[in-house]
Amino acid sequence: MSVKKIQTDVQIKRALTRISHEILERNSGAENVILVGMHSRGVPLAFRIRTLIEIHEGRSVDVGSLDIGLYRDDISEKPQPTMKPTDISVDINGKIVVIVDDVLYTGRSIRAAMDAINDLGRPSQIQLAVLIDRGHRELPIRADFVGKNVPTSKEEDVEVRIIEVDGVDEVIITSEIGLAEGI
Amino acid sequence: MTSKTLIKGGRIIDPAQGIDQISDLLMVDGLIEEINTSISKPRNAEIFNAEGLIVSPGFIDIHCHLREPGEEYKETIETGTAAAAAGGFTTVCAMPNTQPAMDNQSVVEYVLRKAKETALIRVFPIGAITIGRKGKQLSEMSELADLGVIGFSDDGDPVEDPNIMRQALGYSADLKLPIINHCEVPSLAEGASMNEGWVSNRLGLKGMPASAEEVMVARDISLAELTGGHVHIAHASTRGTIALIESAKATGIKVTCEVTPHHLTLTENAVMGHGKDDFQPLDNNAYDTNAKVNPPLRNKSDVNSMIESLNAGIIDFIATDHAPHSAVDKMTTFQDSSFGISVLETALGSLMTLVDKGQMEVNTLIKKLTSDPATFLGKNIGNLKNGTSGDITIFDPNATWTVDPQNFISKGKNTPLEGALLKGKIKATFFQGIKVY
Amino acid sequence: MIKDTVAKKLLKQNHLLDLDGFSQSDIQAIFDNTDSMMEVLDRGIRKVPALRGKTVITLFSEASTRTRVSFEQAGKILSADVINVSSDGSSSKKGESLYNTALTLQAMKADAIVVRHQHSGAGYFLAQQMRSTSIINAGDGMHAHPTQSLLDLYTIKKHLGDIESKRVVIVGDLLYSRVARSNLWGLTTMGADIVLCGPNTLLPQDFLDSRLDDVRHPFKNITIENDINKALNGANVVMALRLQSERQKAGHLPSLREYSRRFGINSERLKLAHPKAIVMHPGPMNEGVEIEPDVAHGQQSVIESQVTTGVAIRMAILYDLITGNRPEKEL
Repeated sequence: MSVKKIQTDVQIKRALTRISHEILERNSGAENVILVGMHSRGVPLAFRIRTLIEIHEGRSVDVGSLDIGLYRDDISEKPQPTMKPTDISVDINGKIVVIVDDVLYTGRSIRAAMDAINDLGRPSQIQLAVLIDRGHRELPIRADFVGKNVPTSKEEDVEVRIIEVDGVDEVIITSEIGLAEGI
Repeated sequence: MTSKTLIKGGRIIDPAQGIDQISDLLMVDGLIEEINTSISKPRNAEIFNAEGLIVSPGFIDIHCHLREPGEEYKETIETGTAAAAAGGFTTVCAMPNTQPAMDNQSVVEYVLRKAKETALIRVFPIGAITIGRKGKQLSEMSELADLGVIGFSDDGDPVEDPNIMRQALGYSADLKLPIINHCEVPSLAEGASMNEGWVSNRLGLKGMPASAEEVMVARDISLAELTGGHVHIAHASTRGTIALIESAKATGIKVTCEVTPHHLTLTENAVMGHGKDDFQPLDNNAYDTNAKVNPPLRNKSDVNSMIESLNAGIIDFIATDHAPHSAVDKMTTFQDSSFGISVLETALGSLMTLVDKGQMEVNTLIKKLTSDPATFLGKNIGNLKNGTSGDITIFDPNATWTVDPQNFISKGKNTPLEGALLKGKIKATFFQGIKVY
Repeated sequence: MIKDTVAKKLLKQNHLLDLDGFSQSDIQAIFDNTDSMMEVLDRGIRKVPALRGKTVITLFSEASTRTRVSFEQAGKILSADVINVSSDGSSSKKGESLYNTALTLQAMKADAIVVRHQHSGAGYFLAQQMRSTSIINAGDGMHAHPTQSLLDLYTIKKHLGDIESKRVVIVGDLLYSRVARSNLWGLTTMGADIVLCGPNTLLPQDFLDSRLDDVRHPFKNITIENDINKALNGANVVMALRLQSERQKAGHLPSLREYSRRFGINSERLKLAHPKAIVMHPGPMNEGVEIEPDVAHGQQSVIESQVTTGVAIRMAILYDLITGNRPEKEL
């Protein structure tokens, strides 16, 4: 198995800083914004973006967490992990919900997340922020804010590790068969 | 033309004569002719090479259910006796809980005629104690005795009314035949489907306490003393029962008892699935209806008591209580399923595990399957004396085999031993000199 | 990194038949999913698509509105199609009907069958016949009622913060109670100190005998106390069990009146318990027999919240079993 690091802790920090600026720019500030992190790594990433927004804007934004276990379309296909709590304690009606996740891949998780959010209320807009977009979409879904576009093959895995969950900040690509030029 | 069979080189064990030696055995015209260390082959004799095998008198089963007439879908006299032959038995006694019950001459005559036509081995009927086995009115015992029943029993059900039991023991005393009682106080066993104890508590099954058996054993002993009748306790299963019988025998009361192979080798844990110990988690094998039997499989202490008392002679002999059932009777919840185990074809294999573990001598085992039940019957069978019927069982004490009920000759595939590895396998059974297995 | 967070017992057999053999982490995993289900129950629109296109059959051969409705609601909130079948469980035909019913329901491609039966082990019997259908035991004879026990455990945890070392007093008909049997396993696993209280005729004799000396005995932390006042002393949880009038007929008790006077939970006795003790009852209650109305509906009673929790627990179980819940593999 081969492993390749594609982002360091410093690069992750820069990407999140840029994303937070873009969110503010796109929405003319943070007034109506709610950040909703997707379990597992989207949640701490959402909290980090909130901190960065606070630093730039001097005001806080609400953060919620979302588990999409009850909305997945692959329930019959593969075993499902134990769920983590969905906790969006503020009213999302009329608000701008920014979904935060670590990797955008097929788009199916984002579809499930949008369904879940629709069950909780009717936001004025739903936007999507991801740290890594690795391509291979299976649904017409596009991220509004991207940390880094990483072309991959389907045989590869993109792994985002963050301190809150994994004890380290980095993004790596792993491949069972070895990366192309290595063989 | 005379027929001759020479069994060569086997270890001949005949407890009746105290024989245990490597010898040859010759049968002529269905009778035992000679046992000798070396018999040269007579002309026209069939030879059976028994080297490394044990040659014993044919086994006798005082207690089995052949189900005919009435429940031929469970077993018939033909299939039941063929299964018995495969299990090494040459004599079986058929319990009267047929439909209709064997409580009158015509049903007993029917059984005897069917046995004559279809049975491979000897069948002795047992007459019902009461009409319809209902415990109310005595059957015509004397007439049944004339037909050759070897005792009376309402087995499957106890004789609940103490007065009826008193009369039955008194009436049969002069017929010199035993009353065989299934001891179970109905109100103590109501709704119960297994032994009362840790396992029944764990499984949430209503249990029958040992007392349900012992209370009636005590009653029957007292009534035997009162009447001078002979009471035989069917399928003794608890330590307390043994204690009662031991002290009754010591005071000269005419009481005998039997034990089944399963009460000697299995505990109540079998209900949780074969081989489970007290505290293992339950799995898919739990609530094994094939381990549902009456009296129920008891606890370890009871099983140990059975083995000790059989060795000590307090228990008179082994009887199978072969109770075949169809799949329909067992494919249901534990509570709904029928009581009973199909035993004939696994009896020797499971009993030999006792020999293998050093808990019993093979000679004792054979005695309890041959000469001791023969004594109970008062018949000249179950021995290898010259001139007696050529009933012979030959088995390999070391051969191992895995129990697969689908291979049973019996229609009853209901055994909790499915998949068990047993040591000790019947190689041949001769009845009146003819190889029937 | 594999997180061992999910009920292995559920996975191994794909059925929920009892709590025998469950570990603390197995139960905690069910609680985690139950938390998510509680959040759904709090919403204005209580409907999620998780089990869309899945079929759940409730097969009840014993009357029980409460449990059946709880499962039905759980299934419907998760968007499963729920079909209710009631059958006469009488044993007139040697229970063939249960066997045939099982095969029929499986042929109908039910994803889960919720079964209530008056015979212990009925769930095991059905599970033995199944290839792909999950069996959920909603109460079998005197054996087990695992979802009731799970909701009891969850309720205790939510009200007291923890279960470990809590003094849980179960009062009443322990001999016949499947709820009590499941709770003995569940509470033991979660480390509670269990006190059983009732007349000897309603206590499983085996808990009174010497087998408790075996070091491997799972119920070493259980004590028996016939005196209700001593039992309640310092209790954190008081659980009263339903006392059925059949027990009197079967001779286990002289009268319900005497039972009520000896073992009924009243406000006077409740004062002996810890001031923050909670009062539970699996229902349906015989108020005035095992529990007095002022206790059943008093400050310390959590009996109504048990009902809501029951729906969430059953949602979690249906979700776990039908989605074939497995340990999370972190990529």
